[in-house]
Amino acid sequence: MSQLTGTTTILRLNVRRDRVRLALWVAGLAGLVLATASGIKELYPTRADLQAYAETAGSSPAAIALNGPAHAVDTTGGAAVFEVGGYAAVAVALMSILLVGRSTRAEEESGRTELLRAGILGRHAGLAAAVVVAVGANLLIGAVVAGGFVALGLPTAGSLTFGASLCAVGVVFAGVASVTVQLTEHARTANAMAGAVVGVAYVVRAAGDVGESGLSWLSPFGWAQATRPFASERWWPLLLVVAASGLLLTTAVVLQRRRDVGAGLVPQRPGPARAAPGLLRQVGFSLRLQRGALLGWTVGVFAGGAAFGSVGDEMDDIVADSDGLQDWIGAYGGNPTDAFLALTLLMLALGAAGCTLTSALRLSTEESAGRVEPLLATPVSRPRWMLSHLVAPLLAGVVVPLAGGLGVGVAYATLTQDPAQVPRMLGAALAHVPAVWALTGLAVLLIGAVPRAVALVWAVFGGCVVAALLGSLIRLPDWVLELSPFAHTPRLPGESVQAAPLVLLTGLAVLTVAAGVAMFRRRDLR
Amino acid sequence: MPTVIDATGLGKRFGRTRALDGLDLHVDTGEVHGLLGPNGAGKSTTIRILLGLLKADAGAVTVFGRDPWADAVDLHRRFAYVPGDVNLWPNLTGGEVIDLLGGLRGGIDSRRRAELLKRFALDPTKRGRTYSKGNRQKVALVAALASDSELLILDEPTSGLDPLMEAVFTDCVAEAAAQGRTVLLSSHILAEVEKLCDRVSIVRDGRTVQSGSLTELRHLTRVTIEASTHRPPAGLGTVPGVHDLTADGTSVRFDVDGEHLDEALRQLTSYGVQTLTSAPPSLEELFMRHYDAAPGDDTTDSAIDHTADTPTADTTADATR
Repeated sequence: MSQLTGTTTILRLNVRRDRVRLALWVAGLAGLVLATASGIKELYPTRADLQAYAETAGSSPAAIALNGPAHAVDTTGGAAVFEVGGYAAVAVALMSILLVGRSTRAEEESGRTELLRAGILGRHAGLAAAVVVAVGANLLIGAVVAGGFVALGLPTAGSLTFGASLCAVGVVFAGVASVTVQLTEHARTANAMAGAVVGVAYVVRAAGDVGESGLSWLSPFGWAQATRPFASERWWPLLLVVAASGLLLTTAVVLQRRRDVGAGLVPQRPGPARAAPGLLRQVGFSLRLQRGALLGWTVGVFAGGAAFGSVGDEMDDIVADSDGLQDWIGAYGGNPTDAFLALTLLMLALGAAGCTLTSALRLSTEESAGRVEPLLATPVSRPRWMLSHLVAPLLAGVVVPLAGGLGVGVAYATLTQDPAQVPRMLGAALAHVPAVWALTGLAVLLIGAVPRAVALVWAVFGGCVVAALLGSLIRLPDWVLELSPFAHTPRLPGESVQAAPLVLLTGLAVLTVAAGVAMFRRRDLR
Repeated sequence: MPTVIDATGLGKRFGRTRALDGLDLHVDTGEVHGLLGPNGAGKSTTIRILLGLLKADAGAVTVFGRDPWADAVDLHRRFAYVPGDVNLWPNLTGGEVIDLLGGLRGGIDSRRRAELLKRFALDPTKRGRTYSKGNRQKVALVAALASDSELLILDEPTSGLDPLMEAVFTDCVAEAAAQGRTVLLSSHILAEVEKLCDRVSIVRDGRTVQSGSLTELRHLTRVTIEASTHRPPAGLGTVPGVHDLTADGTSVRFDVDGEHLDEALRQLTSYGVQTLTSAPPSLEELFMRHYDAAPGDDTTDSAIDHTADTPTADTTADATR
């Protein structure tokens, strides 16, 4: 147990350091889930309404692919779980990953762990404290959600099961992150690896649920949903969660025991003694710093697009058999397959926005890490430095959505034997680019104007995701929904394209970038 | 001699903290100028203002006759800078960073780069993450010294270097000075400034408390004399300007103010001098007096002690290294 000496001290440190962050995660996620449940209650007040919902949305394969299996969707609880459960599970998984990564590998990378480990502190104390905090946050979310559901008048057993299943997903991914942070020296890479596991788990679950094969049992998301809240609940799938978490944590401990502080599993190899000519150009330099991350996002979004694209052609058959579905999809504007593809492309575009924001915020990281100072002490002007670092995010804002469109297009074209789907999906994906750029512009504006508050852009991003995926369900007023740039880009294929909003968004992006650069020029370097 | 850096009355606040409070700094072409002060005195803030990274709240500053905030980019063509805390990109090698920084200054002399790498014994193939503090500093030093800049701005450049590398650094700065380049060197290491600098500005609490050449500063202070005499040197303690006299039989040790040196020596020779060593005041002593921190010494009557603030534990620790 001496390896755990000092865990409580680190635990207190982590809670103190992250108290605002933890409160925001818990309140944000639990609040979102509860808002959806209360929205469902108002939208479908009667048994008949729920019945109609179950026959339409609740049996659409598109919705099943995105949300998970439809259990008891003719009850308020079941419908709420169906509508928000899938997204909430992903969000909880990401929270766990970020929390664990932040207080383990990121600390180690900064050199602060070394300082602490020189004190009376066990080898695994940092990891243990991080996992305890993450598990605690998940327990809290599960408890608030369960309590809230009961307060909304939903059955207790179902409420508890759903709360527990959300918590379970979070715990498993805390385990995944504990392993990935052992593998690499860089917190960013560790988060990316764990994030990729989330993506794969989500896609595997989607494929399993749509195909009704056993594939979903390979995904932690599948385990959580197999507890079937509000529909003949079962608790035993949670045993899988316990087993997997135990296995992952053991692996993490074994790996940590074998490695040096600060080191990853793969030792650093010597690199080039001279810089390649490309590195000497500012743009080449900024791309070099980000190439790994950008490549990862591009491949990930492409794969996600391909996975969902390959489900696309099952829509038509199923919908043709169901009058109710046809009506429902009709309200969304035409062809059900198109509606599904449009939603997929929107989600991929949101992913792309996440990529461009991390990329744009590199400006802020570079500054606070003190790496800008030597560069700006050379004859590089601040605007030139900033703009050259913005090439990566602005480019990613086009390339990553296109990769998603390509994935969807290629998969769907293969299934339908219609090569024309590829350019169609590429075009549809491009429609969201101005919205992605507008968010990037906001990030640049914050960096220039209020460098201490750049993290605000993540709150805005979270708001955009909620508005796009759940906005109408949680009954946000229209004006709030329309604050999101993604409310103004057409959901293609299916909708008609209007140039004005796209031009305006692009103009807004240009303006905010220009303003951000101008203000960065006028302020002190931090 | 034309002025390279001319700053008067510089002020800078960070929120409620006053980092600079009327700092003056004048550096002439070709001179090696030391900016001396304890941690938190405002040395790095001053340097960052000279680089145009921060905007001064008060006072006037020009570098090569121009405003460093407005004309930063043009001025930087003539600068090379080594930060006190060198942060490298974790996934770039030292060699790549040297080329990058050199490239931004308009190219790098490959021969000089190779020579400096050899002299500093730096492996350019390692990645930023794996360098020690000293090696990170060497990366920045090689990049700066390999450039053709007219002004070298070095912020505590040797804080991570071992004594061997410090010697290499000293040689390199001396060579740069011999080529007519101007060097501004901030430090809290007195021996370093003493070895390298023509002129010194001593900063404390964001203000220049003393500035001048080493000779100018020295004449203001005391010389330490150790001697042994034929006869016991009784009565030496009554000579004006003699301090801290300790006599053990015919051995004697005392400090004497520069202006009373002549009288003290006359008196000393009257006892029949056998051996004599005199030590010029080290910058260390000058420095100590400015921070009221000489170990166990009474410095209240110091000739150059213009300030009466009480020392804090911090400045004491810094000054004694």
